Amino acid sequence: HILSHYNHKHKYISLEFNVKNQLKFTNRPDNTAFTQQRLPAWQPILSAGIVIPGFVLIGLAFIGVGVALFVTSRSIQVLERDYTGDESGTPCASCANSNVQNSFGFCFPQSQGPVFFYYGLSNYFQNYRRYGTSKDDNQLYGVLKYFTSPSDNCAPYAYNSNNQPIVPCGSIANSMFNDTFKLYQTVNGTRQEVSLDGKGIAWWTDYNIKYRNPTNNPLKDAFNGTVKPIYWSKPAYELDTSDPSNNGFVNQDFLVWMRRAALPDFRKLYRRISQDKYPDGLPAGNYSLEITYNYRVYRFSGKKKVVFSNVSWMGGKNEFLGIAYLVVGSMCVFMSIVMLIVYAKFKFPDEE
Amino acid sequence: MVVLFFSELERKLRANDREYNLSFKYATNAIKTSKYNLFTFLPLNLFEQFQRIANAYFLFLLVLQVIPQISSLSWFTTVVPLILVLTVTAAKDATDDIVSTFENVFFSLFIVNKRDRTEKWMNVQVGDIIKLENNQFVTADLMLLSSSEPLNLVYIETAELDGETNLKVRQALPVTGDLGDDIEKLADFNGEVRCEPPNNRLDRFKGVLTFAGQKYSLDNEKILLRGCTLRNTEWCFGLVLFGGPETKLMQNCGKSTFKRTSIDRLMNILVIFIFGFLAFMCSVLAIGNYMWEKNEGSQFTVFLPRLQDNPAFSSFLTFWSYVIILNTVVPISLYVSVEIIRLGNSFYIDWDRKMYFARSDTPAEARTTTLNEELGQIKYVFSDKTGTLTQNIMIFNKCTINGKCYGKIYTVDFSFNPLADTRFVFHDHALVEAVKLENPEVHTFFRLLALCHTVMAEEKKEGELFYQAQSPDEGALVTAARNFGFVFRSRTPDSISIVEMGKQHSYELLAILDFNNVRKRMSVIVRSPEGKLSLYCKGADTIIYERLHQSCSKLMDVTTEHLNEFAGDGLRTLALAYKDLDEEYFNQWIQRHHEANTALEDREGKLDELYEEIEKDLLLLGATAIEDKLQDGVPQTIEQLSKADIKIWVLTGDKQETAENIGYSCNLLREEMNDVFIISGNSLEDVRQELRNARTSMKPDAAENSVFLPEMDKVVTDEVVSGEYGLVINGHSLAYALEHSLELEFLRTACMCKAVICCRVTPLQKAQVVELVKKYKKAVTLAIGDGANDVSMIKAAHIGVGISGQEGMQAVLSSDYSFAQFRFLQRLLLVHGRWSYLRMCKFLRYFFYKNFTFTFVHFWFAFFCGFSAQTVYDEWFITLYNLMYTALPVLGMSLFDQDVNDVWSFQHPQLYVPGQLNLYFSKKSFFKCALHSCYSSLVLFFIPYAAMYDTVRDDGKDIADYQSFALLTQTCLLFAVSIQLGFEMSYWTAVTIFFVLGSLAMYFAVTFTMYSNGMFTILPSAFPFIGTARNTLSQPNVWLTIFLTSILCVLPVVTCRFLMMQLCPTINDKVSEEMLLLFVLDVFKPVETRGKIILQSRSLQSNPVTSSFRINADIIPKDGP
Repeated sequence: HILSHYNHKHKYISLEFNVKNQLKFTNRPDNTAFTQQRLPAWQPILSAGIVIPGFVLIGLAFIGVGVALFVTSRSIQVLERDYTGDESGTPCASCANSNVQNSFGFCFPQSQGPVFFYYGLSNYFQNYRRYGTSKDDNQLYGVLKYFTSPSDNCAPYAYNSNNQPIVPCGSIANSMFNDTFKLYQTVNGTRQEVSLDGKGIAWWTDYNIKYRNPTNNPLKDAFNGTVKPIYWSKPAYELDTSDPSNNGFVNQDFLVWMRRAALPDFRKLYRRISQDKYPDGLPAGNYSLEITYNYRVYRFSGKKKVVFSNVSWMGGKNEFLGIAYLVVGSMCVFMSIVMLIVYAKFKFPDEE
Repeated sequence: MVVLFFSELERKLRANDREYNLSFKYATNAIKTSKYNLFTFLPLNLFEQFQRIANAYFLFLLVLQVIPQISSLSWFTTVVPLILVLTVTAAKDATDDIVSTFENVFFSLFIVNKRDRTEKWMNVQVGDIIKLENNQFVTADLMLLSSSEPLNLVYIETAELDGETNLKVRQALPVTGDLGDDIEKLADFNGEVRCEPPNNRLDRFKGVLTFAGQKYSLDNEKILLRGCTLRNTEWCFGLVLFGGPETKLMQNCGKSTFKRTSIDRLMNILVIFIFGFLAFMCSVLAIGNYMWEKNEGSQFTVFLPRLQDNPAFSSFLTFWSYVIILNTVVPISLYVSVEIIRLGNSFYIDWDRKMYFARSDTPAEARTTTLNEELGQIKYVFSDKTGTLTQNIMIFNKCTINGKCYGKIYTVDFSFNPLADTRFVFHDHALVEAVKLENPEVHTFFRLLALCHTVMAEEKKEGELFYQAQSPDEGALVTAARNFGFVFRSRTPDSISIVEMGKQHSYELLAILDFNNVRKRMSVIVRSPEGKLSLYCKGADTIIYERLHQSCSKLMDVTTEHLNEFAGDGLRTLALAYKDLDEEYFNQWIQRHHEANTALEDREGKLDELYEEIEKDLLLLGATAIEDKLQDGVPQTIEQLSKADIKIWVLTGDKQETAENIGYSCNLLREEMNDVFIISGNSLEDVRQELRNARTSMKPDAAENSVFLPEMDKVVTDEVVSGEYGLVINGHSLAYALEHSLELEFLRTACMCKAVICCRVTPLQKAQVVELVKKYKKAVTLAIGDGANDVSMIKAAHIGVGISGQEGMQAVLSSDYSFAQFRFLQRLLLVHGRWSYLRMCKFLRYFFYKNFTFTFVHFWFAFFCGFSAQTVYDEWFITLYNLMYTALPVLGMSLFDQDVNDVWSFQHPQLYVPGQLNLYFSKKSFFKCALHSCYSSLVLFFIPYAAMYDTVRDDGKDIADYQSFALLTQTCLLFAVSIQLGFEMSYWTAVTIFFVLGSLAMYFAVTFTMYSNGMFTILPSAFPFIGTARNTLSQPNVWLTIFLTSILCVLPVVTCRFLMMQLCPTINDKVSEEMLLLFVLDVFKPVETRGKIILQSRSLQSNPVTSSFRINADIIPKDGP
């Protein structure tokens, strides 16, 4: 404070000095639009002439979009089957008790366009913070250094009880979904396997950039001195025995699993119904699904389901968006009427 | 600051004896103006910064984030903003420090006891003898020893000390003056000085010099203070008495108190409230976590790593984790942004051309940059009169001499007098005739004016006289005497030369009984060339009248009549008297005077007694009347301010009649007022009764409960009275009214009146009145003044404004804002103040809204992620949200926004009222903000939630994953708050549009960059969101969701605002509607009438006070566009 005071005093001396020396107008501020706060500007006002028509327009537009969304969403066919098998009367009622292979049948109506095969989990907290951080991005990027010393984030799935590093480490990888499915179409009493396509079900960026295998050839060498995750039955380099390029960290199922869900109820893409054989979608008929039941969810009252669905321009079936647009649109129109009444009443009281 | 290890009672020092002086450990002359040096800067500055609560809080958060079990966010989310804030503040501190370092200018000084050596002035020590040359700054408090000028005089300018620009004289003691510039003698000088300890009184000094066994009295006349400049003096020598921080200048500087605005205080309360709310939210979530862990988490262990299987401990950790995540409710950037906004708005004041006064080349100056928004909330203005409402250019207008009044309207020819000042105009020829007729009273009258003053004369060329007067009154009187043939030509310490009707006379000056605020008079005792001893006295009429000889009673009556007449014209009056002295008595008196003058104890008291003794039985000569013209635009300004519901109290030292008259002429008191009460009681009871009577006549039912006031609640509410009233109270009564038992009575009565004038007020009373209003009224006060007597009031009020005018700079130096003319006050308040307040409130409302909305989304998400302190957004977004994505738009709004322009602000002063009532930002509006945020956050979480639930991309792939959801929510949030900003903003300049759109563009640019392949390959673990932007933002349903949330967030706001505007329009709404009408008329009217209307609107713009517009607006058919 002393200092600022002191400065000001100096300023004033110089000011008076100028006056004495007849240096006129040296202190006059600049005459610019900025310093004089006269910048040209647009000053919108919420007048009735803008607000009421605006509401009507927005309302109508929303109703239009809403109808389109609603109709589209309605046209999408979805078939869901819960196969947790902890309740009697549901499909796969005995699945949870018996091991390995189970199957159940269902009807599928004629679909339009390609059909996707999802598995769904409920009450499964992939968005739990410590679950989400329990991975090592550097390791998954294929940096060998992190194979032998995984990040602390992975604990307690960084090392096994023998202090051997786990690759891939962490909870997410460890808890990878490992039920497998086979789909059969029953044509004239005989079961005919529907070929499923597991290529390109993960994001392009995940497959090509975010996850990488080490360059070792064969891939197995990179995993020397490491162990597979505790819940896994096969090591990472043997996830897909039929396709050597679909192994390690770039295995499509692994990639899909690693993209953790935002909400505790989620579904993930399992396979596509092969478009080579069924270019127009899945024909109507009876199908049966054969499940290899490995994944235990009933312990935390989770649910498992399979979902068959086709998609539209707006993605999967979600009626909410269409309804929301319809509701908001109608509200806008309604409010514009209310506002008009209020405006009229308070502006022209004599004419009432 | 200086730390004194012992409290110094008396200072002792010996010239040229460093060892002796060093034993007292007096401060050296080095003033450590810079706080830091290169090495200490970082640690010291950081230490200081972390003493601020907000910074300390973020440091604490940072510590929490380092604990892995708690850390819910990466460290960089806190470090980046913290570093930014610290850097900005440190840069500011550093520049301040560098500026002050430049103060340590390299002055080289000649120190006598180190012969042939010059030293930097900072090495000077107490007891050194130093040489000063012409135009040099005095850099320590010195005792003057000798000078180059005759009679050991030096001339100094004290502008830096008290702002007065006239030259002043100092004179050395003859005994030291004999030392001359003889270095040998000076080096051998070994006088000892005993004087007062360091203090801050600039106008007083007491000390004794002991030299060669003799004692000599030292007073202010022999002292050069640090901050003076030597003028018209070739050289002088001085003995250093006080150095560095102990100089009077530096002792004076530390006094100013730190002022805070009411918004600041409100903000502090709100921050505490927010902390409480944060704790509440975290507790709720911690409890939630406990329940979840108990019911679900313990079952979920198969897939979830659990370090401790203890729900209570987990919920404890969760509490702290959520403290980290939800910390954005206490935004660190808030304080920095507030500072920036205030700084910007202060610059606008400095830059305003309409507050620049060309005649003195003075721009307005915001000397404090922290009080701007308070300018928009002023309820009481306390104004000085002289120099503030008036120009402080004094004109000798009328006089009464020996019962005859002079000063009717004629132009007088002064050609008989070659020494006349050509600018002087007087209108009564009779006076000139009287002078020419050698009327003895008239001659004595002007002789007195020529002799009794402290003016300095400069005669650069023969016949060209310049007077340097400390007060313009004195200058005016001496100039008057000069023109009437009694020309003051020069003075020495013991003589005054005047030219009386063309003949040179030299009067021996025997004593000056100087002026001060208590004495209110000054006298000189002179011996005329004929050897006659006389005392001449001039002063306030009441004071002089008490000291007159009985023989004057008749003359007194006539003169009083004249005085009242003068005061009625708003003139400042002084009474003049003289007396002849008896030689013997005087000799005895001057002896006692000398003794008193050298006394160390109670010197003032003894002198006052002596003065009192000799200034009695005076003979009245007459009185002078000086006109002080009103400044331009004062009545209009006062009218505008009172329309804005600002109450104006004038506090003046003038007579009651003068003050009243000025009150009428500047529109403060009006003829159409119902009544103007005059309180002039001379006892406590009288004053009480008068105040009560006044109140009863204003509001008959108010008097009964007059005594009642709850002691607990110390706030006096405004009482509404019908009609307009004025109150005039004089100094005596005010002293009673300010006593504790009566102050409430006074305040209640005064606050019911539209205008209050207090006359005959002392500087202290000015401050007391301000303090009284501050104490009992929940209102913001502003004091405006120009002189040293206003300093206390300026410092006491919430905001002090100084008029940078003629009466020195002291008021300006202690003020918060300064400008040259009173009329600029309306622009400062109605335009700058209003805008600053509006902008600050809009800023705060919006800032809290955007941060609460941002934070509450986390709260809702907690219920869906097992209360695990998982963030909704990407960590980078959390880091940059306040710093990059939303910082500039909100700053743009709070630097450029204006609801109506300055012309309209002047036209509708009522627009100022919401500020006084705290309408734009209060606890209530803060609460509304929080509710609004709550709604927005619900929309922002649940709409994306429902829209993404179980959905997939248009190619069947995953989109309901966490990263896509995060991106979707944060994009929705940014759109929602940006659109909300658009609705807050009422003035869209190119800059603000650029800021808003630029920030959105920046968001997408930064997001795409951070989520790009390149960034990921450089640092895989820092940028895990790779590809999310590309994969998500290419989906139509994502954009439909963003659009839906944005619309849903603002729809209720628009609806509410529109309905409120229709149902209960505020003054702002009405004005904007008028503006719109005018605009619509301008655009849509047929061509032939269009020109006319444009013309009308133009004329309206050029003349802000016109009221013709209202009529125009009423003629327009009300059918809207």
